[in-house]
This record gives sequence, C-alpha cells and structure tokens, in this order.
Amino acid sequence: MTDQGPQMPGLLVGLVAVARRDLLLAWKRPGDVLNPLFFFAMVCTLFPLAVGPSAEQLTFSGPGVLWVAALLAMLISLNSLFISDFDDGSLEQLLVSPQPLPLVGLGKTAAHWLTSGLPLVLVSPIVAITYRMPGDVVLVLMLTLTLGTISLSLLGSIGAALTVGLHRGTALLSLLILPLSMPVLIIGANTVSLAAGNETYSAGIWALSAYAVGTLSLAPYATAAALRISNE
Amino acid sequence: MWKWFHQLASPPHFYRIAPAFSTWLLLPGLALIAYGVYSGLFLAPMDYQQGDAFRIIYIHVPSAYLSLMAYMIVAVAGGIGLIWRMKLAHAVAASAAPLGAWFTFLALATGSIWGRPMWGTWWEWADPRMMSELILLFFYFGYMALRAAIDDTAKADKASALLALVGVVNVIIVHYSVEWWSSLHQGQTIMAEGGPAMDPGMLYPLLANIFGFTLLFGSLLLRRTRTEVLFRERRTRWVKEMILAPEGQS
Repeated sequence: MTDQGPQMPGLLVGLVAVARRDLLLAWKRPGDVLNPLFFFAMVCTLFPLAVGPSAEQLTFSGPGVLWVAALLAMLISLNSLFISDFDDGSLEQLLVSPQPLPLVGLGKTAAHWLTSGLPLVLVSPIVAITYRMPGDVVLVLMLTLTLGTISLSLLGSIGAALTVGLHRGTALLSLLILPLSMPVLIIGANTVSLAAGNETYSAGIWALSAYAVGTLSLAPYATAAALRISNE
Repeated sequence: MWKWFHQLASPPHFYRIAPAFSTWLLLPGLALIAYGVYSGLFLAPMDYQQGDAFRIIYIHVPSAYLSLMAYMIVAVAGGIGLIWRMKLAHAVAASAAPLGAWFTFLALATGSIWGRPMWGTWWEWADPRMMSELILLFFYFGYMALRAAIDDTAKADKASALLALVGVVNVIIVHYSVEWWSSLHQGQTIMAEGGPAMDPGMLYPLLANIFGFTLLFGSLLLRRTRTEVLFRERRTRWVKEMILAPEGQS
C-alpha cells in the first residue's frame, strides 16, 4: 500500500468532505434553500383559497395538503442536486476519484436532505398550526415528514442522477420520481390522518422507517449506477 | 442451447427469423381469441348477479394480466441488457413498454366501463386494483419519457433499464401500500374477493382469451422489436446489404 503514492483518505472522511462542500455551497446561496420553503408555504396557502377556509375542511384536509406540498417542494429542490456539479465539471472529478461512488452520492444526498428535508420538517409546525392541527398530531406530522423526506431525498437522487445531463428540466424528473414516491405519500399522509382521528398510527411509522432504511441501503447504489450511465 | 442463444442475440439473425415466429404466435393467438370472444359473448351463461355486464371480463382480465407481464418483460430485458450487454434485450425492452402501456390503458378503460353499471361510477378511487394499475400506467409514462429524452440510444437503454429495475421493486411496494390505504378508506366491500367458483362455461373462454392475448402480445412484440432492430442497426453493413440486395431475397 505504501508504495502506491499518496494514500486515499478514509471513506468517512470522503463522505463528510462531499457533504460539507455541498452544505457550504448552500450556505453561500441561501436562495436555493429558501425557495422550496416559500413554495411549500404558498402551496399550503392555495388550498384554503381553493376549497374554502372552514375549520372542519382544514382539519380534514390538513395532513394530506401538507404532505403533498412537502413532496412537491422536495421535488423542486431535487433538480439542482447534481446539475451545478455537472455544469462546472466537478461531478466528473467525483466520478474518477478513488472514493466509492455510492458513498459520494450518499454524501451529496445527505447534504440535500439537510438543506431541503430538514428545513421543511422544521417549518411544517407553523403551517400545521394554521391548519388547526393539535400539538400531538403536529409531532406525528414532523416525525413522518422526517422519515419520509429521507426516503424522498434518496429516491430523488436516483432520478436526478438519471436526468443530470438532460436539459428537459423538472417535468421529466417529476414524471420519474412521482410514481416512485407515491408509497411514501400514501403512508405518510394517512398516518397523520389516523393520528388526527385518535386512531393507532404506529404501523405507519414503522412502515416509513422501514422504507427509509431500505432506500438508505439500496438507493445510493442505484444513484451511483445512474451517475455512471449519464456521464459516459 | 448456448449457440442458439447467441445466434438469437445477433440482430441480423433475429431480423430474419422474427417474422416466422411472429406468424406462428399470431395464428393460434387469433384462433384462441376468436373462440374466447365468441363463446364468452354469446355462449357463456349469464352471471346471476351482474347479468351481461360481466362479459367485459373477457377483455379486462387478459389486459390487466398483460399490463403486469409487459412491465416484467421491460424490467427483465433491461436487466439482461445491463448485465450481459445484450443489444437485442434493450430493443425488446424498448418495444415492450408502449405495448404494456396500451394494455394498462385497456385494463383501466374496460375496468372503468365495467365499474359504471356495477358500482354506479366511472371511477372508484377507493379500489386498490384501479389505483395500482393507474400508478403502473404512470410508471410506463415515466419510462417512455426518459427513453425519449435521451438522444444517445445506448445511454437511453441503460438509463431506462435502471429506472425499470428500480420501478419493479417499487411496483410491489405501491401495490401493498395502496391496499393498506384503501382498507382505511373503503366504506363497504365493493366486490367479494375470490367469490364463488366460476362456471366452466364462463371460465374456458376466459382462459382461452388469456392465452390468446399472450400469444398476440408475443407476436406484436416480435414485430415491434424487429422494426426497432432495423432502426437501431440502420448504419450497419448487413442492413445496407439487405436493402441493396435484389428483390425477393431479403
């Protein structure tokens, strides 16, 4: 090993370095982080305007509306996951680096979740309270959103990696990702609805956790394969 | 066996033998469909609950079955193409996807027409099978859109194959999550699962149609794949030689 020139930094060092770089970039361009949040808030504003502001209506549709809005906000932020690295050529450097590509992709996805999923989770209680959601249901909402957005980031990274070289934008990405993300939406939104109706909802939490663990273990490999395909 | 497999994978060889295979599948397929449709529509006894409306089952069930079958073919062919770099497998996947999407659409359309007299509505959101089938249709759209968006054929093949493989895992999860979801929202059971055993007079035409539709699908798939192969190989020597060859020798 020693006579092979400079040694490769450890796997964890590489993962953290990639994530740190993306977080730093996001810090320098706060608009990229804030825009999906504004979008989330605005979509949540559209629904009372469209279906009426009665308290009954809001408590009934609140979980679903918040979840759909969060899903769409995640989708909007996914477009930029690899595109700037692709444009300036640093994605190619990551591809030829000795670090395993699934870990590099995981680092980028982790940074993406920290800058899109986590802020959504933190902002969601404010919107939830305007939808007259009781406190304990808000906690369930935050828990499901945390687990769900982890899965969405990871699933989305596959789609973003597949479409990275194409200049067709968000429409294609949505077409690929929305069918994949439907189980997350179904389980997430209905778990919150069950909690709001004072029913047992733990099955949904377990299912979302299982989905998050499953995507965490499998999606990075698919993302790596997709990155290799679209950068041939 | 392996020699045969390798020969089949060669585009010129496939192009030569596909029409014969296609015809062999088509003729018994059409015969089975003719028998199935005639005896299904005219000879089979009337359902004691649904009357004549149940007869749409003879188109609905084969289409629904083929919509899933075609998706499996897209994914498996894509996987073979990715792993063994078999060009023909990618051509099969590319040709199977639009066919599968049409059968999915047919299953949804006939299901909706069937739902009108049975459930009193064209579309029942709470039915898990309709939802799964609709999401399957969206999968097909995404798959075809990705294929169409990438200009480089080799890249489009690999990217869409990866998407199909990811999708296959997800189709199963979609199926179960939709079932869970509808169990939360469904007021009453709209249709008994399984139900009473089918009368043989009803069952045989259905089986005939399922096999007939499968053979028809195979035949159409071979034809589409043949055209796809010709298009993909348009710059190769064997295509040029074949086109320049005198009439009747192709």
